[in-house]
Amino acid sequence: MGEELKVIVFKLGQEEYGIDVDNVQTIERMMPITRVPKTFSFVKGVINLRGVVIPVIDLRGRFGLEEVEHTDQTRIIIVSADELEVGFIVDSANDVIDLDSDLIDSPPDVVGGIKAKYLHGVARISEERLLVMLNLSEVLSRKEIIQLESLEG
Amino acid sequence: MDMNQYLSMFIDESNDHLQSLNEKMLELESNPDDISIVQVIFRSAHTLKGMAATMGFEDLSSLTHQMENVLDLVRNEKLKMQEFIFDTLFKSLDALQLMVEDITQGGEGKEDVSAIVASLQSIVRGDFEGGGKSGADKPAESAAGGSGTPAIQLDEFQYSVLEQSIGEGHKVMYIDVAIREDCQLKAARAYLVFDLLERYGEIVKSSPSVQDIEQEKFDRNFSLYYITQKEAAEIQSMVMNLSEIASAEATALDHETLSQLASGAMGAAATADVTAPAVAEKTTDAAPAKKAEPTAADHNQKNGARAGGGTPAPSRTIRVDIDRLDVLMNLLSELLIDRSRLEQLAEEVKRSDLTETVEHMSRVGSDLQNIVLKLRMVPIDTVFNRFPRMVRDLAKSLDKKIDLVIVGAETELDRTVIDEIGDPLVHLLRNAVDHGVESTADRIAAGKPETGTVQLRAFHSGNHVFIEIEDDGHGIDRERILKKAIKNGVVTEGEGKMMSDEQVFMLLFAAGFSTAEVISDISGRGVGLDVVKSKIESLSGVVSVESKLGQGTKFSVQLPLTLSIISAMLVKVGLEKYAIPLSSIVETGLIKRDQIREVHGYTMIPYRNTHIPLMSLTALFGAPGFAENEEEESEIVVIRKGERMAALTVEEFIGQSEIVIKNLGKYLPAVQGVAGATILGDGQVALIIDPNAFIK
Repeated sequence: MGEELKVIVFKLGQEEYGIDVDNVQTIERMMPITRVPKTFSFVKGVINLRGVVIPVIDLRGRFGLEEVEHTDQTRIIIVSADELEVGFIVDSANDVIDLDSDLIDSPPDVVGGIKAKYLHGVARISEERLLVMLNLSEVLSRKEIIQLESLEG
Repeated sequence: MDMNQYLSMFIDESNDHLQSLNEKMLELESNPDDISIVQVIFRSAHTLKGMAATMGFEDLSSLTHQMENVLDLVRNEKLKMQEFIFDTLFKSLDALQLMVEDITQGGEGKEDVSAIVASLQSIVRGDFEGGGKSGADKPAESAAGGSGTPAIQLDEFQYSVLEQSIGEGHKVMYIDVAIREDCQLKAARAYLVFDLLERYGEIVKSSPSVQDIEQEKFDRNFSLYYITQKEAAEIQSMVMNLSEIASAEATALDHETLSQLASGAMGAAATADVTAPAVAEKTTDAAPAKKAEPTAADHNQKNGARAGGGTPAPSRTIRVDIDRLDVLMNLLSELLIDRSRLEQLAEEVKRSDLTETVEHMSRVGSDLQNIVLKLRMVPIDTVFNRFPRMVRDLAKSLDKKIDLVIVGAETELDRTVIDEIGDPLVHLLRNAVDHGVESTADRIAAGKPETGTVQLRAFHSGNHVFIEIEDDGHGIDRERILKKAIKNGVVTEGEGKMMSDEQVFMLLFAAGFSTAEVISDISGRGVGLDVVKSKIESLSGVVSVESKLGQGTKFSVQLPLTLSIISAMLVKVGLEKYAIPLSSIVETGLIKRDQIREVHGYTMIPYRNTHIPLMSLTALFGAPGFAENEEEESEIVVIRKGERMAALTVEEFIGQSEIVIKNLGKYLPAVQGVAGATILGDGQVALIIDPNAFIK
């Protein structure tokens, strides 16, 4: 038996992803976002989270997936890691599960179109259910964004 | 016992005491005969000693003890203050400061102070160089005679004060008071008498001394010289009305009787009979009275000029961690957001009592906001208060005579600015003292007063605080600066000729610039002023110089009142709202589309007598929902950076508002043209525009 993890489960498309609950501050419904000009296309802007201004990114856009219209299910997950606070826009977030860290295997090269380096591993929860654990510090790394932008531009 | 919990309190209080010691010492230096200042110093030192001893910092307490010995002699007038004593005491204060700093950093507060202690001891023994003891007025205890009336000896100063007072028509009297034998608290009774008397006049001298009376080092009697407007009989009956007073005799004095007393002819019987013939309003009725009433007082007998004012009332303050204020501020802004939601809801519901309640809540909320903002404001005195001492030491080490005049120390600034502004000001002041004010010889040669003046002024103006440092020295020599700048390759000769005086003076702030021909250890390493400039700019401030050759130099620092709250103009562009800091707005206006010109690929509009560039906020920020080219007239905001101006087109002005500046979070890279964000009353985030980024 490995460590017990508590994991927030959210969805992008059909895939289920997990973030360690320690890195999650709150989960919010969609709220008005103030656009910030001249920044990366996946940065949707900033929100007012109880008096603190927090940047929000579309996680689909961050992973190079097609962005979709927001629905009733759309959520903003406020994560904090490496002293950064960022909101992730995800398709839905509605589960918290306990996970044995032994269940996490190293990720395959690509999961649902997301490169392996953003992934911490894959956990098989049941026969049909796979949970992809995110590697937050890579997702939040700005070094790579800048390279990415310069390639796009 | 665990002392750690008291340590921070000890450090804070020690720093307060050291600060007040420094201030009072400076005050005493300019006014060495004022014993009441010595009293205050003595008290501070005494408290410090007690605290240090309690906390187990022996070096600290033993040094303060030595200082106390010296001060004790001074306040009992057995020793006259002079330069050597001042210097030694100042050195002691420095050593104490070092110890406290050491303790602050977790040390033991140990410091080698044997030299200072030796000096202090030699002062106490009276064998230090530069002069023996000044005439000790009199040992107090010996005068505390039994039931007889003790004679009081007056020194020259006191005598002349009394004589002048008589000349000016004041009533001068000699009062003899006896306290009842069964009195339990003689000192308290005596204190009541002093308190009563000080309400109606000034006590020039008492015997025994006030200290001895405070410590109950007297038998039952004491006597004093007193100046008042009241009649002797009135004073006498007032004193008698206090409880537990056995007798009181007030004898009015005139020139003749006074001189008799002063010459020491004053015998044991200074009674009414003796003085009667010479006294106009005499009081012969010396009937002992037994009624009285208590009061309280404890000090300041002599030279009543500052009677009773020695110790300021303890200020009723608490120390609060600045982070907690930030938290309070955040909570408050959340409350404000909820408030505006409630206001909207109340409007929809349309119930009058709900509306009233919400309105009341709004008012309370605004008041609360004002108070929270004020909490962050600190008087600039907390920065200024260390400067008098610094300037004194600097002037001494440079052998110059300099008066530092501080004006506006009560001016308030945001705490974050206060914390940062100290070092730049130190630099500018050192600069003024070192380079600004000439040496004494040069000043005399230039026909100026020997003592140079450095003025330090702080005042509010609009949304800014100005701090000015002005000296009456030789001013800045344009040619010398240019020569140096050309030599250092900062400018070329051709450029130099074209520059205005002001531009030349600003070269002082260029990196790696030092004009002092002799590099002193005080300033002139050439690293000073450019650091000052960048520091001030990082606080969103501006620094400028004015100078007249031969007359002096003035450095002005302009700072925003606070770093966290600014006045801004809110504008609407399409679906978005932006805030433009009022400080960079020149004016707002309307411009017709057909007035816009294209010049060399730049869009320009006529403004006053010139043309300025026109930029579209919509285009710059790619704001959706606003087709400005279809408008006949556009709203513009004229912005300014230094001397340059430009105009920004917006869709609509919303209004002026005080906004709280927040940063965009660490994740976002710096966005050109955006200085930060703020939260509007409706809970939405609006970006704050940085107009400086648009003017190249």
